Amino acid sequence: MHADAPGLVAAAITAWVIVGALGLVRPHDPGWITRVLFPLGAAIALGLATLAFTQIGAPAQATVLPLGLPDLPFHVRVDALSSFFLMVLGIAAFATSIFSAGYFGVHDETPGLLCFQYHVFLAAMASVIVADDAYAFMVAWEAMTLASYFLVISEHRTPQIRRAGFLYLLIAHIGAIGLLLCFGVIQAGNGDYTFNAMRASSTQGAWPSVAFFLALFGFGAKAGLLPLHVWLPEAHPAAPSPVSALMSGVMLKTAIYGLLRVTFDLLHMQLWWWGVAALALGLVTALFGIVYAAVQTDMKRLLAYSSIENIGIIVAGFGLALLFNAYGKPLVAAIALTAILYHTLNHAVFKTLLFLATGSVMHATNERSLGKLGGLIRQMPWVAWLALVGTLAIAGVPPLNGFVSEWLLLQAFLFTPSLPQSFVNMLVPIAAAAVVLVAALAGYVMVKFYGVIFLGRPREPDLIHARDAGLLQRSALIFLAVACVLLGVFPVQVIAVLDPVNGLLLGSSVRNAAAAGNWILLAPIDADRSSYSPLVVLVVIVAVVLLTIQIVHRHYHGRIRAAPPWDCGFPQQTSRMQDSAEGFGQPIRQVFEPFFRMERHLPSPSDPAPRYRVSIEDPFWRGFYVPIAHAAEWLARIAGLLQRGQISVYLTYSFFTLLALLLFVR
Amino acid sequence: MTVAAFMSQLLQLALALALAPLLVGWVNQCRAWLSNRTPPSLFLPYRTIRKLFMKDAVVAENASPIFRTMPYIVFGAMCCAAAIVPSIATDLPFARAADAIALVGLFALARIFIALAAMDIGTAFGSLGARREMFLGFLAEPALLMVLFTASLISGSTSLPTMVEALAHRELAIYPSLAFAGVAFTMVSLAENARIPIDNPATHLELTMVHEAMILEYSARHLALIEWAAALKLFNYSCIGIALFIPFGIAEGSNAWAALIAAVPTLVVKLAVGGFALALIETASAKLRIFRAPEFLGTAFLLAVLGMLVNLLLGS
Repeated sequence: MHADAPGLVAAAITAWVIVGALGLVRPHDPGWITRVLFPLGAAIALGLATLAFTQIGAPAQATVLPLGLPDLPFHVRVDALSSFFLMVLGIAAFATSIFSAGYFGVHDETPGLLCFQYHVFLAAMASVIVADDAYAFMVAWEAMTLASYFLVISEHRTPQIRRAGFLYLLIAHIGAIGLLLCFGVIQAGNGDYTFNAMRASSTQGAWPSVAFFLALFGFGAKAGLLPLHVWLPEAHPAAPSPVSALMSGVMLKTAIYGLLRVTFDLLHMQLWWWGVAALALGLVTALFGIVYAAVQTDMKRLLAYSSIENIGIIVAGFGLALLFNAYGKPLVAAIALTAILYHTLNHAVFKTLLFLATGSVMHATNERSLGKLGGLIRQMPWVAWLALVGTLAIAGVPPLNGFVSEWLLLQAFLFTPSLPQSFVNMLVPIAAAAVVLVAALAGYVMVKFYGVIFLGRPREPDLIHARDAGLLQRSALIFLAVACVLLGVFPVQVIAVLDPVNGLLLGSSVRNAAAAGNWILLAPIDADRSSYSPLVVLVVIVAVVLLTIQIVHRHYHGRIRAAPPWDCGFPQQTSRMQDSAEGFGQPIRQVFEPFFRMERHLPSPSDPAPRYRVSIEDPFWRGFYVPIAHAAEWLARIAGLLQRGQISVYLTYSFFTLLALLLFVR
Repeated sequence: MTVAAFMSQLLQLALALALAPLLVGWVNQCRAWLSNRTPPSLFLPYRTIRKLFMKDAVVAENASPIFRTMPYIVFGAMCCAAAIVPSIATDLPFARAADAIALVGLFALARIFIALAAMDIGTAFGSLGARREMFLGFLAEPALLMVLFTASLISGSTSLPTMVEALAHRELAIYPSLAFAGVAFTMVSLAENARIPIDNPATHLELTMVHEAMILEYSARHLALIEWAAALKLFNYSCIGIALFIPFGIAEGSNAWAALIAAVPTLVVKLAVGGFALALIETASAKLRIFRAPEFLGTAFLLAVLGMLVNLLLGS
């Protein structure tokens, strides 16, 4: 391929901005926006995904755009890493735009404005991924933050939503400061902020470590790493569902992109203890995220915490890759990197699917509290069955896609070649145990999510009037569900596609090693060590199931009688007797009780109108944010002591300042 | 893949399907002996399954298709698992498609489907059972995986046949890492197969039930498949235990027909001893409260992790 990839990506970005701007032309016309503009945006996304797919294996191409300040033009570069992330963006954006075409419009006051912000958001994310100098990167990064901020507060009449948006903006900017400093450190004072110059510069001493931790901090704020995760469970529920899907599915991944870019591409060296730090931070984040997901009662908050968990897993895998690479084990590092890239793609697909499914549920029921849903598989079979695919995929069950990345990551953990440090050698199996624990808890959380929303009896009488999603919403969900299955069943082909990224970042490849198996058998090291073939597993399970059905139905009569549920003969059953979301999460709450900040109100036995209430607070609020806020207020008060409001006092300050200066200048 | 390998694969699967109810019958018989009761027939589980297949199915009015497909999926997953775990032969073509991690994944698939089906009708017992099952699973699943990891660190492979071949050819000695793993594995198997310290297979109408609570609404052929799948699960766990801790006598290599024939009685003897040990544990211990279960399973998990660390420290 000798297509001008950077030019084409720039064209796609421009096209998105134009489509968005067209929304402002007729801002109150839902038909124009949903029937014309969103499908156009989807077409651009599909084009971008196709382009990125063809460019992953191609050599890197760079160009300079005639944009930006006179001396600081925007540099753009498309290489394997950015192509991979562009592909993730394209796939998720395609599905989300199709879904949005069937979602926005009727309820929204100004769909045109939404359409504008939405497409600017997409364009900004694409720009972040292709930016090749710090200036362009930061401009795109800020544009992405601002566009998503406005999307989050699109229902700005609700005070909680404004508050969530403000929190998001605040943490995003604290993170951006970290990034700015990080780029400043890497370019090492030569004044050239292009990434090419940074690749060439070799900072010495502690500076690479400073740059790495600034990057981890800055990108961690965007990705939702502890302790900067608090915006995530606030902002995701506040945003409209397609926006939550994009934020969770793609925007968090731009932070992963940045982390990979800075660590493996821009920094000229990697140290093993960075890997340990990232591994530990990622695992703590993952465990925190999934435990908190288990006790949520709002379906979008639950998914937001689950996103924190997935990002934690990805960062842990990133730490592992870093560790192995620093010890000069590029093959195992490549397996770990492949695992996290695979997981990035998977998470973009199934989290988008689940967020969009919650969008359909909210559209149909106007409800997002788990305590008021239930039994929707009868009213909304399409959404329910497609969401089941996403649920099983995120729960990490073979033969779907979530399992493949989990499998690869565990392989990387398990085949720790003997590392020089025995302390690290001991650490890796313990980290593997934590990953496995998180994966098992994810199953718990997803059964809760799916069971409470779609199974059982409706918890509110209105739910029986819920209508299934329309054709556009449905086709977006079908696309994503099919992607879940295909990514799960053809891992060898997927890995062949994303392998050039290993070559770019680590200079090694898993493809030659994987060729020990064949197209059907995934064997990252060699087939004797470990192999996995989801296609065979799928075929065998389906064959056994069909065969069993056949045999059972041939040899025995198929009589079936419908009757009221038995429930051990309990006479009066109501929908209130099922587990609520709180009830389902209760065992986890009990086991992890020391980690929660809980407020519980137990009614007394004599209470005529008993109400049980429990609220769970994020411990980081009280333990981390409130002290910082207090410290800031205290500092402000101290500084306020200087301000007396009397002109004579201020003149005295000036006088003493002058005296002090004279002392120095002389 | 040779025809012989394919045949041994099929033979093993057929053996698992045939022997699984017998194992359940044997355990029940031992339990009866140990508690001074007259034992039921050894073949009672077969008769139960046959009887259930003959009956009319009663399905709750509001059941969704998940409810009716679950027994087949769980049965299919357990059959797949039975095909992977080397019980009489290590030359299993299907075991290349799914290693130890995938085996745990298959168990997770079955667990998630049972839990979802239990929540489908919307009864109090169903969702209670589903919640408890997932609760036990979240600790049992990682513990099982850690046990398998210990064995795979020793053998340098996650493929079960390779693990068996590596473990069977070591010097006969007590390996500390495997001792830890063995205790952990026993505890996990008890929990996963709804056995006494955690759950009671012989109870109904108790607020403490887990597995039985989930399948209350099932009848006839669906229930028969679930019972058969549960028997297969017990069989699979026994075979995992045999494969990891007493892997001697499993036929190795291809075209080893004589070894294959000899492996069947060996397996039966090992299962009989294992079943008796299970009955002994069940008779000797009392059921735990559900909130003591995390301690039990957490201990299993920690023991398994310890086994792994010991293996790294001592190299054995």
